[in-house]
Amino acid sequence: MNNVMAGEAERPLVSAGTSGTPSVFAVTSLMLARDLRLAFRKASQLVQPLAFFALITTLFPLAVTPELTQLRRIAPGVVWAAALLSSLLALEFLFRDDAQDGTLEQYALSGRSLTGLLAAKTAAHWLLTGLPLALMAPLAGVALGVQGAALPGILASVTVGTVTLSLIGAVGAALTLGVRRSGALLSLLTLPLSIPVLIFGARATQLAIQGQPYGAPLTLLAALAVFGITVSPLAAAAAVRINLE
Amino acid sequence: MAWTWFHRLASPPHVYRTAERLTPWFAWSAAILIVAGLIGGLYLSPPDYQQGDGYRILYVHAPSAWLSLLVYTTMAVAGGIGLIWRMKVAHAVAASCAPIGASFTLAALVTGSLWGKPMWGTYWQWDPRLTSELLLFFLYLGYMGLRAAFEDVQRSDRISAVLAVVGVINVPIIHYSVVWWNSLHQGPSVMYLGKPTMPPSMLVPLLIMFVGFTLFFAAVLLMRLRGEVLIRERAASWVREVVHS
Repeated sequence: MNNVMAGEAERPLVSAGTSGTPSVFAVTSLMLARDLRLAFRKASQLVQPLAFFALITTLFPLAVTPELTQLRRIAPGVVWAAALLSSLLALEFLFRDDAQDGTLEQYALSGRSLTGLLAAKTAAHWLLTGLPLALMAPLAGVALGVQGAALPGILASVTVGTVTLSLIGAVGAALTLGVRRSGALLSLLTLPLSIPVLIFGARATQLAIQGQPYGAPLTLLAALAVFGITVSPLAAAAAVRINLE
Repeated sequence: MAWTWFHRLASPPHVYRTAERLTPWFAWSAAILIVAGLIGGLYLSPPDYQQGDGYRILYVHAPSAWLSLLVYTTMAVAGGIGLIWRMKVAHAVAASCAPIGASFTLAALVTGSLWGKPMWGTYWQWDPRLTSELLLFFLYLGYMGLRAAFEDVQRSDRISAVLAVVGVINVPIIHYSVVWWNSLHQGPSVMYLGKPTMPPSMLVPLLIMFVGFTLFFAAVLLMRLRGEVLIRERAASWVREVVHS
């Protein structure tokens, strides 16, 4: 870890010598690239939430029934509860390393918009956990007896829904930055706020499985995501600043 | 000069003494109104033609539910004021609100579930109001958990204020998504929702109870606020004078 960070330190976040102050877009994409690179150097952190997701999905046939007709009925709930819990599990990594080695402090002091930087970090987090979960979800659907025609609906709803989950999670992680064992508190903070995503996501999935149009709940999910993109980085930046004081 | 009253609110001893002076006014008017409302609601108003006497729990349930939301809003507004103007007393108000609000939410849940037994034949139904009340209860628990997680009072104040503001934005989203979710699973609630008008003999006691409960909240808030201010200012000399006098 330290070696990785040392390697990063040699490479400044924004290379000097370019014309004056780099654009917000440049800073954001650099941040995104940095987070992705760091994450791929610690692949186990990427795999854990996915394994967790698969594991939760496996629990239900064992606990309820192996009959596919019955599993198909509860599939939306299983997929969404598993997605919610797995994305919660991944939140721990969102700011923790950067907070521990002082990188987050440097971001706050850098003079760049902390809101933008945190938005980039959240985007990286979604690419690393939300998107893989969305790609896994149709597999879980197949395992639960869902027909192939419904899989695009599951993929779409989990893809859009996890965006909001990452954004809510970023606020939760920023709020609990200074809390030592934050796991239970983090879930208490983020799960109630995630209920709308769960409702609309599970509904879209259910409609897709029943072969009905699922555009309406998917649109509502997208509305939640847009709202989250607007509000969440601001709240996360406020919380990070307070925690760094 | 018009703002002096506002600036004086930033002074803890002034707030302490004002709260001390105002408490009996609120407490007595609350007591009178609640007794009047109970007499009106439990004796004077007629039994409901469908629900018999069972509906009378409404006189406690509805005001509790109203206050559960009012207190959360008060808490968020106080937290926001504390964040923006760095007013210590506002944070003390927010801190005093949380347990009161959680208690009202719990009261609304318990009375709602007791009311459910004669109406629905079961103590719990996933009715949209009860469900969103339950989620509100979790929001309160999260707020209090976050508050308790920090040693430093100032950081705890400001971090939990961010959460309260985020929460209050989300309360309507959560509520309407739960309503939307519920409308899919069952027809419109057969309960009090469908009743177009309430006769004045029922409505007047209910309104009296609403005002009485709100005044009761104000009285309890002022009492808790005094305790909160004393604890926070325990190093100040005026506190020593107050405590020893």
